Amino acid sequence: MNRLIEALSNMLDFGVTADLLGYPFVQQALLAAAALGLVSGVLTPLVVTRKMSFAVHGTAELAFTGAAAALLLGVSAEAGALAGAVVAALLLGLLGQRDTERDSVIGAVLSFGLGIGALLLWMNPERTANKFSLLVGQIVGVDSADVTLLTVCAALVLVAMAFLYRPLLFASVDPDVAAARGVPARILAPVFSLLVGIATALGVHVVGALLVMALMVTPGAAASRVTASPVTATVLSVIFAEAAVLGGIVLSLAPGVPVSAFVTVISFAIYLVCRAIGSARLRRFDSRAPAPAAA
Amino acid sequence: MTTHPTSAAPRTETWQQRSPAVRLRRARLSYGPRTLWDGLDLDVDPGEFLAILGPNGSGKTSLLRVLLGLQPLSAGTVEIAGAPTHRGNSRIGYIPQQRALEATLTLRGNDLVGLGLDGHHWGIGLRQRSERRHRVQRALRAVGATGYAKTPLGLLSGGEQQRLRVAQALVGDPDVLLCDEPLLSLDISHQRRVSRLIAQQAAESQAAVLFVTHEINPVLPLVDRVLYLVDGRFRIGTPDEVMNSATLSELYGTDVEVARVGGRLVVAGTEFDSGHEHHVHEGEQA
Repeated sequence: MNRLIEALSNMLDFGVTADLLGYPFVQQALLAAAALGLVSGVLTPLVVTRKMSFAVHGTAELAFTGAAAALLLGVSAEAGALAGAVVAALLLGLLGQRDTERDSVIGAVLSFGLGIGALLLWMNPERTANKFSLLVGQIVGVDSADVTLLTVCAALVLVAMAFLYRPLLFASVDPDVAAARGVPARILAPVFSLLVGIATALGVHVVGALLVMALMVTPGAAASRVTASPVTATVLSVIFAEAAVLGGIVLSLAPGVPVSAFVTVISFAIYLVCRAIGSARLRRFDSRAPAPAAA
Repeated sequence: MTTHPTSAAPRTETWQQRSPAVRLRRARLSYGPRTLWDGLDLDVDPGEFLAILGPNGSGKTSLLRVLLGLQPLSAGTVEIAGAPTHRGNSRIGYIPQQRALEATLTLRGNDLVGLGLDGHHWGIGLRQRSERRHRVQRALRAVGATGYAKTPLGLLSGGEQQRLRVAQALVGDPDVLLCDEPLLSLDISHQRRVSRLIAQQAAESQAAVLFVTHEINPVLPLVDRVLYLVDGRFRIGTPDEVMNSATLSELYGTDVEVARVGGRLVVAGTEFDSGHEHHVHEGEQA
């Protein structure tokens, strides 16, 4: 408890924060986080519409497994997370094409991946701090090679989304008519899983596997409470995700607590505010006069 | 005979200058050993309203899938506006049945109509945005939905949603309008309004309407011809030619009684939605 109070009082020590912001490793971390916020903000409205929260969670667990394997082999944890997430996305995309099956497929794959990850960590003789960071995030561990990989992946996801956006939105919000218009939903679904997988893997390094949903799900869920416009929802999601991830890192600098604590708190606070605004908004629409029944 | 006023032009094969909106020749659709229909010859003219009736599993929706290019024929040919159909055919508009939507779905009426116009295209679509907005606005005005075009879709009534569906299907100015039970789950007054809107909008843009339904009465005044499918057998003709005791008894292979009661057709002796069982029951009363 005393530790928490001390940490929170340090948080208000802006001098320390300003000092830390001058360090290159902190600036690199912020750059990586900004790329992550942008990507997850773009993806999260569709993650919410397509009801993929659980899939994101499952993918994050396998990204964790991949990162754990990479640590054991002595290669980049970031690349390992990416490999794990891609495998997860392909598995979930291939095994869970049918709506009725998807939920249980994710459950089965997720628990298996987490179990293997725990085994891999146990086999690793390295100090525990690095292991712990895979679950709850450790932004200061991001080096310049990671930043490059992160930025390249983020750019890749954004370019793919620019190309796929309209048919993907169509298939997500209006599947019957999209199918009738020839939108290839069966191809788009695994491709989108793959993009979500890549973004999730990026998130594992910053906020950790357990909390990646704070960036991949919560901003979109918050935005859908306050707007019905797909474009506005995407813009708001990006703002929410950036606020959470950049704000979380800056606030965590001085007290030195895990980044994820602040990221999730900010993200959840935004969500609560949006829910409150949203219920007032829905009441306003509900009380609207019924449309004239002219035929 | 019941004829829609705007499609009174004689439907003679020789007189035609435009190719029919829909043309099927010796069309057969089978799944393994099971044949849904065979030897189906059908021409539907621009502006014509064809109701497609039959019990569940008789291949009504499969016929729509064939026209949409999503399901290949087992034999025969299918043409839309004079050309073989294909997946993503922009000559076709499609109206599905109404579904309950979540209040938080991030979609409004104008987004829905816009997706009907270009949602199947790749890219973000930043070019031609003013042209797009203009066409969407016109389609919304035509169905009288401008007043709720910016309301979240999930908060609209079923009738309002289906009205937007009509705009979504017609915004691309199609030659054929395929409707798959669009009145299901609407109340009777909305059924009438929405079906009249479909007929009127299709007539104005000279689109042929193929209207799958299990209940002919809401659309009876609008229907030019009926395609009735039962267990691989079918009959095409005006409502009077098809919806009578002799024809339906032959199609179902059992005694079916058809009566006209106050402008409605009452069919007794066929369980409309039970598929293959034809046990006698009380027909649906008005």
